[in-house]
Amino acid sequence: MSSRQAPLPSISVDNVAVIRGNRLVLRGLTVSARSGDIIWVRGANGCGKSTLLRLVAGLLDTAAGSITTEGQIALADENLALDPNLTVEKALQFWADMDGASANDRSAALADMDLQALSQVPVRFLSTGQRKRACIARVLTSKADIWLLDEPYNGLDSASCARLDQAITAHAANGGIVFVAAHQPPSINVAHSLILDRAEASA
Amino acid sequence: MKAFAALVAREVRLAWTGGGLWLPVVFYLAVATLFPFVTGPDKALLARTGGGILWIAALLATLLPIERLILPDRQAGILDQLAMRGWSDELIATAKIIGQIFAFALPLLLATVVGSALIGLPEAQLGTLLLGLALALPALSGLSVTIAALTAGLSGASALGGLLLVPITIPLLIFGAGTLSEDPRNAMQLLAATALAITALSPFAAGAALRAGRI
Repeated sequence: MSSRQAPLPSISVDNVAVIRGNRLVLRGLTVSARSGDIIWVRGANGCGKSTLLRLVAGLLDTAAGSITTEGQIALADENLALDPNLTVEKALQFWADMDGASANDRSAALADMDLQALSQVPVRFLSTGQRKRACIARVLTSKADIWLLDEPYNGLDSASCARLDQAITAHAANGGIVFVAAHQPPSINVAHSLILDRAEASA
Repeated sequence: MKAFAALVAREVRLAWTGGGLWLPVVFYLAVATLFPFVTGPDKALLARTGGGILWIAALLATLLPIERLILPDRQAGILDQLAMRGWSDELIATAKIIGQIFAFALPLLLATVVGSALIGLPEAQLGTLLLGLALALPALSGLSVTIAALTAGLSGASALGGLLLVPITIPLLIFGAGTLSEDPRNAMQLLAATALAITALSPFAAGAALRAGRI
């Protein structure tokens, strides 16, 4: 009896152009990532970092080119996607139910982001950094292969940054792919640095 | 299926915690309470017009939850996260409509028993009124989700929602009022057909509106 293995996660963005609000945000962008890659996406404000992440997440259409992804995707951007009136634990449990994750997965994510002490606090009472950690805990709970993190270090203290670095490194070591869109270079080793220009992108 | 049930349960919970459940019911009963102050304590007049007033009150109560149905989820990124997990916009809309039926339609039906007592509706008319509203309220739930999806993020969404909803519900109101006549059968059949069509089409219309609103 042979066991069938799940295909390794991968991302292939081929000669993509994106128009948003009558503005050409990305043009001729080609980038690929394979299992274990950590990619730092950088560039000036408005150069299309968030657009690229939403594009890979399947939330935007391309004006030209194609995108192929293999593996489940999780996105952490400026929107928390956590019900503000629920406790951190219950808000994460909702997404655990959506993803078929267990309560143990949720608890492990809370521990990884050092949120156990805040698990019974409603999301609306969290500080900016704590919200960011809760948002990243949602990504961790999802067990997704591909993480798309938009400005994940914003608002985090140094200890939380270190925890996030640890989680990213562990995820890549386990065969996942991580895209980190950030202005500051992450302190972890990145496989590639993708620099986006205003209208044109080069990998 | 578990995920779909979790989404429906979330809609009901949000309605419960966000006032979406009790506000329409209180509004509905407030109209029923105030109406006799305007007409005076004429029992015959109240019996003749009370059913129609409850129909209009139900229609207006539909407007109250519109602002909380789609916009908060869009702003919080919940809709994006669901789309990323392969949920079609139509399925999201269906879950929201079912959630509305539990959180809005059923409580309003229960409130109708109280409302009809406040107005002094004859007992014989209560059954017909409940049946008519039971047919129409799922359609009103579908319309409220559709209009919430259409107007989410627009300035003056509440007023615009009202302007859109009232004309669309006129057939339901006409047939619903018709069921209160001496021979309600034809009106009830027309009401059922109209309500069924609106209920069945709402997930597609709301789904298209959700898709169009994604940025």
